[in-house]
Amino acid sequence: MSILSGLGARARGLFSDTKGPWGPTGGDEPPPDDGGRGPWGEPPKRGRRSSPSPSGNIASFEEFLRRSKARFEGDGGGGGGFPGRPDRSIFMWALLALLLGWLVFTTFHSIAPEQRGVVTRFGRYYTTLGPGVSLTFPSPIDRVQKIDVENIRVENLPSQPDAMMLTGDQNILDIDYSVRWNIRDAELFLFELADPQETIRQVAESAMRAVIARVSLRDAMGDRRGEIEGQVMESVQRVLDGYRSGVLVQGVAIKRADPPEAVNAAFKEVSAAQQDAQRYVSQASAYAQQLTFKAEGEAGAFDKVYEQYKLAPDVTRRRMYYETMEEVLRRVDKTIIEAPGVMPYLPLPQPQKAQPPAEQGQ
Amino acid sequence: MELVRRRPLLTGIAGLLLLFVFLGSFPIVPETKQAVIVRFGKPVRILNQYKPNHPIGGQGAGISWRIPFVENLVWIDKRVLDVDMDRQQVLSTDQLRLEVDAFARYRITDPLRMYIRARTPERVSQALQPILGSELRNELGKRPFASLLSPEREGVMENVRAGLDRVARQYGAEIIDVRIKRADLPDGTPLDSAYERMRNAREQEARSIRAEAAKRAQIIRAEADAQAAKTYAASFGKDPGFYDFYRAMQSYQRTFIGDPSDRPSPSTIILSPQNDYLKEFSGRPR
Repeated sequence: MSILSGLGARARGLFSDTKGPWGPTGGDEPPPDDGGRGPWGEPPKRGRRSSPSPSGNIASFEEFLRRSKARFEGDGGGGGGFPGRPDRSIFMWALLALLLGWLVFTTFHSIAPEQRGVVTRFGRYYTTLGPGVSLTFPSPIDRVQKIDVENIRVENLPSQPDAMMLTGDQNILDIDYSVRWNIRDAELFLFELADPQETIRQVAESAMRAVIARVSLRDAMGDRRGEIEGQVMESVQRVLDGYRSGVLVQGVAIKRADPPEAVNAAFKEVSAAQQDAQRYVSQASAYAQQLTFKAEGEAGAFDKVYEQYKLAPDVTRRRMYYETMEEVLRRVDKTIIEAPGVMPYLPLPQPQKAQPPAEQGQ
Repeated sequence: MELVRRRPLLTGIAGLLLLFVFLGSFPIVPETKQAVIVRFGKPVRILNQYKPNHPIGGQGAGISWRIPFVENLVWIDKRVLDVDMDRQQVLSTDQLRLEVDAFARYRITDPLRMYIRARTPERVSQALQPILGSELRNELGKRPFASLLSPEREGVMENVRAGLDRVARQYGAEIIDVRIKRADLPDGTPLDSAYERMRNAREQEARSIRAEAAKRAQIIRAEADAQAAKTYAASFGKDPGFYDFYRAMQSYQRTFIGDPSDRPSPSTIILSPQNDYLKEFSGRPR
């Protein structure tokens, strides 16, 4: 308890330093009635919440003066005798502890790495605290608002889920996109915009609409998405800077850019046509390749044969003739008719069966 | 002190009252607000008035004073505020309709005038709302539909802003910008016809894609045919006579025997002994 009492004395010293803001209130307070109890009976200076209790046992004003005098020059920390009535004393201690805690709480500010602390002194912007532990004046003088500046917020747009956009070629685009942002200047963010989040959403919607209205449907759905995102991001940042919003746009992402449901079938037809087209061309290419190989093969074969043929044309020619004829006639049914003008009895399918032995030939 | 002792409750209450009055005489003006001090209904001073390009944390906000009971404080927002317009149908010069959703950002720059004319920023918003709508309709109605889609390009929005700003000035406000949030075709016929147009365009596109591909395929085939012909000609052209014979031999073989894979029904050949192949058949001398 003696440690605590020493602390109390120190705390009292602290109060007299920072009396400024509460100074005017201190005087109205009646002193505690159990005199001679040492400094611990003293109510906190900012004690307007503690209503004075009926103070019947203060004999006179002189006694009050004497007592308070004794208290102020009294042996501060050495109060050996504790108040006889513990309820009162506990109340005082609690109040003191509360005061102390509140003081510590409002003067020391630990700012996390992703945070900034915006300090206002009597409402006026004073400074912005960086990460780490910082000291300010206690609460009614300085007020610290901690703001998470690093955290990246994501706004998913458009606000109405079924919203469409008109493209530059007067087509309709069903688009979903998001804007990522964080805070660049905490103080601007706090003080300049009435509703920062709603502002960002509205500005982003307007910027996206403006950019989409300049490009064609095909571009919006296809290759130029990245370019569109960049333009929107730049435009949103420019407008927000115009409001001095303290917001930094980290990025705009088009999550989906499709034709509206109502015309989806026609768009699918286009991709079907594209596949058909691919098929046509690849079929033709395959044909072309086959044909080329065939031609090259046949020509190559002819060339080889011709090379040999040139060496002995007559013999080769006869040889080839006989070989071919042999090959051909060996496998077919043959009829040799001697007399010119005598017609064979046709049709032949019937005699065919009997023919192989009938006539000969090689 | 006698009084304190006799009437502790009363003096306590009196003390509290005094304290409140005291505190009330030193109002704290935050950065986000401006204040008009009104003495018996007559505005006398302005606290923390907005000044353009004035850094925050400068003069203005902070602790101030007023005479208790005599002067009243009217708080007015200092930040950028928003006027949202209801959706408006705009008719272009070529008689097409567009539904437009816009907003304007403004700031109270002259709190005194605003207090006299409108009392509260909400009423400024209410007053600006219909004017924003009509300015927008007027400005956009002078243009063909195609240019309504991107009105930013032609300075239309700047005209709207200037028009709205003229009105806003009377309320002590300044329009920072006017922007179109959405511009859509109205439901019903305009939207349906747009869909129809998109559908037709796509179908046409599909048709032309197919036709184009067919064309390309045909060209590829023809080129291959030509290439093959060239290859043949280059090779066979060396000796047309031999080619004729060579090809005839191949042809006989193929016609009468067929490929080994698909055997045709056996053919029957009727030969005359005068045939060249049978010339030795009769055994006559050469």
